[in-house]
Amino acid sequence: METLLQQIVNGLVVGSVYALVALGYTMVYGILGLINFAHGEVVMVGALTALQTLLLLMGIAPDMAPLLKLAIAVLVAMPVCMILGFLMERLAYRKLRNAPRLAPLITAIGMSFLLQTLAMIIWGRNYHTFPQLISTDPMQPIPGVFITPVQVTIVIVSALVMAGLILLVTKTRLGRAMRATAENHRVAALMGVDTNAIIALTFVIGAALAAVAGVMFASNYGIAHYAMGFMPGLKAFTAAVLGGIGNLGGAMLGGIVLGLVEAVGAGYIETMTFGFLNSSYQDIFAFVILGIVLIFRPTGLLGERVSDRA
Amino acid sequence: MIKLLEARGVGKRFGGLTALSDVSLTINKGEVYGLIGPNGAGKTTFFNVLTGAYIPDDGEFVFNGTELPSGKPHLVVEQGIARTFQNIRLFGQMTALENVMAGHHIRTKAGVWGILTQNKHTREEERLTTERAYELLKYVGIERFAHTICKNLSYGDQRRLEIARALASEPQLLALDEPAAGMNATETSQLKVLIEQIRHDGVTVLLIEHDVKLVMGLCDRVAVLDFGKKIAEDVPAVVQKNEAVISAYLGGPKHAH
Repeated sequence: METLLQQIVNGLVVGSVYALVALGYTMVYGILGLINFAHGEVVMVGALTALQTLLLLMGIAPDMAPLLKLAIAVLVAMPVCMILGFLMERLAYRKLRNAPRLAPLITAIGMSFLLQTLAMIIWGRNYHTFPQLISTDPMQPIPGVFITPVQVTIVIVSALVMAGLILLVTKTRLGRAMRATAENHRVAALMGVDTNAIIALTFVIGAALAAVAGVMFASNYGIAHYAMGFMPGLKAFTAAVLGGIGNLGGAMLGGIVLGLVEAVGAGYIETMTFGFLNSSYQDIFAFVILGIVLIFRPTGLLGERVSDRA
Repeated sequence: MIKLLEARGVGKRFGGLTALSDVSLTINKGEVYGLIGPNGAGKTTFFNVLTGAYIPDDGEFVFNGTELPSGKPHLVVEQGIARTFQNIRLFGQMTALENVMAGHHIRTKAGVWGILTQNKHTREEERLTTERAYELLKYVGIERFAHTICKNLSYGDQRRLEIARALASEPQLLALDEPAAGMNATETSQLKVLIEQIRHDGVTVLLIEHDVKLVMGLCDRVAVLDFGKKIAEDVPAVVQKNEAVISAYLGGPKHAH
């Protein structure tokens, strides 16, 4: 029972990070029909930029309060990622907007490799220790179930960011313009929406969420390196598909569900396979889910039926 | 009379097909101007070139004395031209109210910063946009469906909603592409009242329409397109008697295949 509860807690934490990243995938897909496979690399750039900022701050102002340092690191990582998202759209994807779907997809994969390689050149191939500025001393709200302050922070910050995004999309002029562009960008333009600006904005917002997610990931595991975005990127993509790609609520639900399945699965995989597989095989669950969803419900948990989209 | 819109020698080709060829016309402020012609005459192409959806191959549009940007639809809307579509193109997943609010987009300015901080200006702008959207829904007579997802509205109401959404951009020229298509006689006569009201409220109307009765009853002047060329332009009573027009519609010897 304690194992189950513990794994649910872990699943919620990692799931809320997946959800943040999945939102970036789903927003871009919703508006352009493009799977931006380089989105995971934005997470990595966010984490490494934050790391660089932290190292710098520790050098010039060692007495600064740790939380303030972390806040500054996030506030540096976000605009860096936003600029990166903007440039990706402007330089790589915009020209391909009316090209056959395969072209931007392959470009996205190429962009992913490019960013990884650039990061490797800048930050090297080594694993870096990411300073854990929020305490990682486990608390025991329920006997036998541990949760660390950094994990609590991750869940709360993700929830706030997601609530903010929902308000932005449903209640503001930019959100309306985004939804209008997602439904039909030609008509949106004819109704006065600068669709190029709105598409750029979508990339920029997705990148900002990825930056936050990157810092969370690195803070939780205490590690950052140039390839760290790849696996969370794939998982978040799976989460977006699971929830119904193009659907914001779906990305959030998909992220949480995926996190839970993965954590609970990892907790029991050893027992289930009589010790044949251990918890380092937890990645299996995400991709088994991806397979199952694509076979039985390709539109995802909250996705509309395909026939409605024609 | 004050010129509002002037088309100067506008031409548009699709591959070997000439959809529009050297079309020139002038629309004056405050009039209802009809654009008619047989199917495939180039009426909708004219709309698409005018509103920036297509880039013309020849010629230009002058609106209020300045040349319209081509290929930048949102800037055309900003200049004061709004349109509806022959086959309804609403934002189907949004409510009627949100559709109209989206139509007001170009007249509002709040940026990311204003929205994140929800400053006074942003809140005031949003409040005015909402208020104005309700007024427009009332104006076209569908305020009771404000919160209905618009793909669930009836056909006639969707047509009205498109007009409300177009008016939300505060146009000087409202371009209606076959607004009466698929409407019954009652709906058409209600539409006629609405268009007259719009003109009365100071918006110039450019109307593409197949319903000859509606065009003749509503328009101050009419231009006739046939095979992409303007073959007549005058008050409805004169155009109706024009031989080229009659032969274009009924198929005279000139167009025998």
